[in-house]
Order: sequence, then structure tokens, then C-alpha cells
Amino acid sequence: MKAAKRPMIEVSGVSKYFGSFQALGDISFDVSDGEKVVIIGPSGSGKSTILRSINGLETIDRGRITVGGMDVSDPRTDICKVREEVGMVFQSFNLFPHKTVLENLTLAQVVVRKRGAREAEEIAMELLRKVNIAEKADAYPAKLSGGQQQRVAIARSLAMNPKAILFDEPTSALDPEMIGEVLDVMKTLAREGMTMVVVTHEMGFAREVADRVIFMDHGMIVEEGTPEHFFTNPTHERAKLFLSQIL
Amino acid sequence: MIDVGDGAAIPHKNDAGLFTAWRIAFFGSIVLCLFLAFGRPDQYMAIFLFVPDGILITFKVTVGAILLAIVFGLIAGLGRISSNRLINGTASLYVEIIRGVPLLVQLFYIYYALGRFVKIPDMLSAIIAMAFCYGAYMAEIFRAGIQSIPKGQMEAALSLGMSRGQAMRQVILPQAFKVVLPPIGNEFIALLKDSSLVSILAVADLLRRGREYASETFNYFETYTVIALIYLIMTLFFSKLIGIMEERLNEGR
Repeated sequence: MKAAKRPMIEVSGVSKYFGSFQALGDISFDVSDGEKVVIIGPSGSGKSTILRSINGLETIDRGRITVGGMDVSDPRTDICKVREEVGMVFQSFNLFPHKTVLENLTLAQVVVRKRGAREAEEIAMELLRKVNIAEKADAYPAKLSGGQQQRVAIARSLAMNPKAILFDEPTSALDPEMIGEVLDVMKTLAREGMTMVVVTHEMGFAREVADRVIFMDHGMIVEEGTPEHFFTNPTHERAKLFLSQIL
Repeated sequence: MIDVGDGAAIPHKNDAGLFTAWRIAFFGSIVLCLFLAFGRPDQYMAIFLFVPDGILITFKVTVGAILLAIVFGLIAGLGRISSNRLINGTASLYVEIIRGVPLLVQLFYIYYALGRFVKIPDMLSAIIAMAFCYGAYMAEIFRAGIQSIPKGQMEAALSLGMSRGQAMRQVILPQAFKVVLPPIGNEFIALLKDSSLVSILAVADLLRRGREYASETFNYFETYTVIALIYLIMTLFFSKLIGIMEERLNEGR
């Protein structure tokens, strides 16, 4: 038995191909408990693909990904167990449109976590208050703004008490004036010690929150380091070029 | 000249013009029936008294067949999107074969094929035959309905730890149901009309009762006028009912 503290998420030597196109080339990184890792890079660089591989929404062709010691790529692993422990927040929110905000939060608690309806609702309301949207509990998602929907989506993910949350460009589909409210919720989570892997174009957020920044391009990790290092003194040309374009 | 509007200007189905057309057809048929029955009782009253048990049979066949077809269709539709090759292949084969053979031929075939192996009542075997055929069309409706739900919905459900089956039941199918209700309503109307084909198979539905009456009395014109009017009243009634159900569902959003 390995009693030593292993990283919560271990990605080692992961490659993936779409046909002959190499989407990911030998990606390795770890995320330890409570760490905030921000993955940035130009579109098509594979950052969403690697994020989605962590909870098995994408399959990988080579390498290994473990989450809390469970091997995601092993077909014998119950992938549902992995997903219970790792929440995910999507660019397009993906709230369930046929359920109210409250039901969005209680559904998986009842179906997956087997909580009673009363308990699930109490947890849901507490989380809705936390993301500042409790007054919309009985509304349908279509009645909410993008920023409100994304906050509900974060609360829905939290309702499962995940050990880590993956954010896949959570603010990219939002109008500019709504980005702040979502980032604020994410910052709160970060302060509370949630383990987070965030794919984003929000450099201010990366700078403020990240323990570590991973820069990807063409399916490879080009540069990895602290935000100070990455934003002030990047080593690689491509990272410099990317920063000069985006900042 | 027919005045064709652009997309946005195509009249909504609730618009007064279309509603009026429905009203003229529906109430006109009823008034005509009443007029024939009571205005010309010598020729028509007997027909109206003779056919009602046929209406009941037609109704039973239609409702039985649509319910069974929904079951067949849902199973085959899920099969059509299955990643399991055997299941997918079987479902696809079912759909392709059924859609390529005329309904009347299938009715004969299933009716007599079933009759060779098991002894089941005529009406039940007619219902099974109709359902088997309509199930194939239903399968495509369900497949399209399920596939019309954005991929992100399944991904969101999975990433909350749900199994594929749970995600399908809790998240995808409830949404797909709203999408498929209008086309299923259309299938119901089509099935109501096609149910007249079972009159060939010793099932005493509305059309068969009409034929029986006409061949006894030789009042072909009068009989089939009444039969057509009754079918028309039934289809118009149900298309309205389905329209109202759709609206109710849309309001629920």
C-alpha cells in the first residue's frame, strides 16, 4: 500500500490522435490537493481535450491519467466513480433546460449520491445562496442570464462534493459584463482550497489565482511555471508571442 | 395567384385563417352528418346505426397500435444510436426492411405469418402488425429526437457521475419527448387512417362495417359518404387535441 501522499490528478505521457492529427503529444503534469492549475494557449492547442480526458469525456490513445488513485484510462475502472469526485463546468453551461434551477442541483445528488430529497434540497439551497442566486431556485434556466446560468452550473457541480473541479473555458460564452460575477465565484472557491484545473483566456484570473500556469500549443506543453514566471519572463518564443497577442 | 409569404410571415398555426379552415371542416362534417341522419333518414339513418361498433374497433386498433409502436420505436430508436454493432445492426435492419415494404403487404404477411405459429385473436394480430410497421417510422423519430438534444447535455449528466442509462432517462429522454411529440402526433393521425387497411383482415373496423352494409344494401355512395365523414371528424378532432397538447407542453418551459 502506498501511504505516501499522491497527487490528486496525475497525467503522464498522454497522447491522443484524431485520425492522423495529433491532438495531444506526450502530456504530463500533476495536480496536488488544493492546487489551482490554469491551462492557457491558443485555440486548437489541446487544452480542452486534456481537461476533458481527466474525467473520461475524451478517451486517450497513450499514457495514463489517474484521479485520486483511480486509473481513468483503465476500462475496468468505474468511470462514474471518477466523475463523482471530479466536477466539471462547461463553456456552454449545459444546465438541464427541463428542470428548475433547484432540480438541476438536486438531480444528481438524488440519483447518484442517493441523498434524500429533503437533504438534497437543503444542500442545493445553501449552494445557491453561496453563488448568490437563491432567489432563482424555482426558475427554469432559460429565464437566467449567461452569468447566472454559469453560477448555477458551478453550484450544481459543487453539490456533488467533488474533490476537484475542471473548468472548461467557463467565461468564454459570456457577455463581458457577466464575466466578473463568474470569476468572483471561482475565486471564492479557490480561496476555500478547492482543487481546480481551469482552461481559460482570462489572464487576470490566471495571474491572481493560479499556483501554476501551463501553456500549451499544438498539443504539447510548451511552458509550465508560476504565474510570475510565466507572465513576466516566459522562456519560450511561442509563449512570448501568445502573451504579446493576448495582453 | 397564390400569395406566398417569406419565412417569418408564414401564418402561425394559431392564426385565424387556418383555425377557420379547421372549424369549417370539423363542424361542417358534423352538421352534414346530422343533416343526412335526420334530413334523409330513409337512406342514411340505418348506416349511422350500423357502423358505430366499427368506430370503436378502429379506435381500439389505432390506440393499441400507437402505444405498441411507441414501445417498438423507442427500443429500435435507442438501438439505432447504440455503439454496440449487433444492436445497432439489428435495429437498422428492422427500420430498413419495414420502410421498404408496403404497409398492406406487411399486414398480410405478419397476420398470416403469426397465424401459422400462434393462434391469437384477429384484432390483436392486426394491432401487432400495424405497430411493427409504425414502430420503424417511430424509431427514426426517436433517433432524430434524441440526437437533436445537444451533446453537452449528456456530457453534463455524465460528469455529474450519472451512468449513461441514468443520463438517458433523467436528462435526454424527457427533453427528446418534447421534440418527438409533434411528429408522433402526426403518426397517430396517419395510423388512424391506415387502420382502415385492417378491414381486409377480418377485423370489423369502421371501413369493414361500411363495406358489409354497402354489400347488403347496394347503397355504396351513401355508405362511403358516411364512412369518409366519420374518418374526417375523427382525424380533425385528434389533430386538434394533439395541437392543444403541444401548446401545453411548450407553456411548461
